[in-house]
Amino acid sequence: MKLLEQFTIILALTLVVETVKALVPLPIPASIYGLLLMLFLLKAKVIPLVSVKDAGKILLETMPIMFIPAAVGLLNSWNTVKELLFPLIVVIFISTLAVMVISGHVTQMVIHFNQKRSDLKDE
Amino acid sequence: MNELISNSALFGLIVSIAAYEIGLFIKKKFRLAVFNPLLIAIFIIILFLLGFNIQYDEYNRGAKYLSYLLTPATICLAIPLYEQLEFLKKNVKAILAGIISGVITSMTTILILSILFNFNHREYVTLLPKSITTAIGIDVSTELGGIVTITVAVIIITGVLGNIMAEKVCKLFKINEPVARGVAIGSSAHAIGTAKAMEMGAIEAAISSLSIVVAGIITVFGVSVYANFM
Repeated sequence: MKLLEQFTIILALTLVVETVKALVPLPIPASIYGLLLMLFLLKAKVIPLVSVKDAGKILLETMPIMFIPAAVGLLNSWNTVKELLFPLIVVIFISTLAVMVISGHVTQMVIHFNQKRSDLKDE
Repeated sequence: MNELISNSALFGLIVSIAAYEIGLFIKKKFRLAVFNPLLIAIFIIILFLLGFNIQYDEYNRGAKYLSYLLTPATICLAIPLYEQLEFLKKNVKAILAGIISGVITSMTTILILSILFNFNHREYVTLLPKSITTAIGIDVSTELGGIVTITVAVIIITGVLGNIMAEKVCKLFKINEPVARGVAIGSSAHAIGTAKAMEMGAIEAAISSLSIVVAGIITVFGVSVYANFM
């Protein structure tokens, strides 16, 4: 399908979930509703994969650029951040590393545990 | 001259894309994880704005169009997720266990470090949503009475750091299973980390996207408990 049509589908979905977000009083952003809705519509074959795939690929590939404006916005909050800079950096570094290592290893342990169990069943 | 250029709505947009292209070029040239294109781009633009004395708002007049694309792009994370759905079903227990342990680790390390650094309650709740996606994090911080600008800064720095560390950490700590890598990146460094997961592989990308959603939602409920601890 043509790119323009694909983008239209994606933007229409965005519009729908932004309306949902405005109506539902939960601290869940429109993008999360959108992700779940898109997944549901793909699974239900309401939207065939081919009708969003190319435009989706472009959006996903350029995604890192979309974080730049918010990150440059650090300039504006610099004065507040500055006072807490050292403790903030320590907290960010330690906790990000801990989350990455622990969540990764717990996942890996459960996978290996399940593999062993299914190996035993096969014997 | 200065004003002429920065008055154009396209100014911020072009600066952002150009800075990212420079970042990509430098990364290609040096092949080091520290030369992360996103990080380089952020640095270049901040230095550029400071150097030419351009206000953030002037820059953002054009750059905001990039931010607008973030919601549709996040929605598209459903595409890799859909393509890996069978794989996901097979590993659902492992994925959930990993994400839940990640959320608990995040809030617990923040609690302990906040006590060590003698933070007050307001500073503590400001940090609690640090590993989840910015959009949920802002709401959580507001709800708990945190300092929202710091929350946003911390979430973004977390994402960029996670993006830079991801490959090294997975290698060093022997996280080899693609599913486990996806959980590790998505739970710790949300969408900015997921950008790196996309480079690592299709499974990593899909599971990382899923982890953003699940970790975000679990955190929304988790913080209401953790906020009482300090």
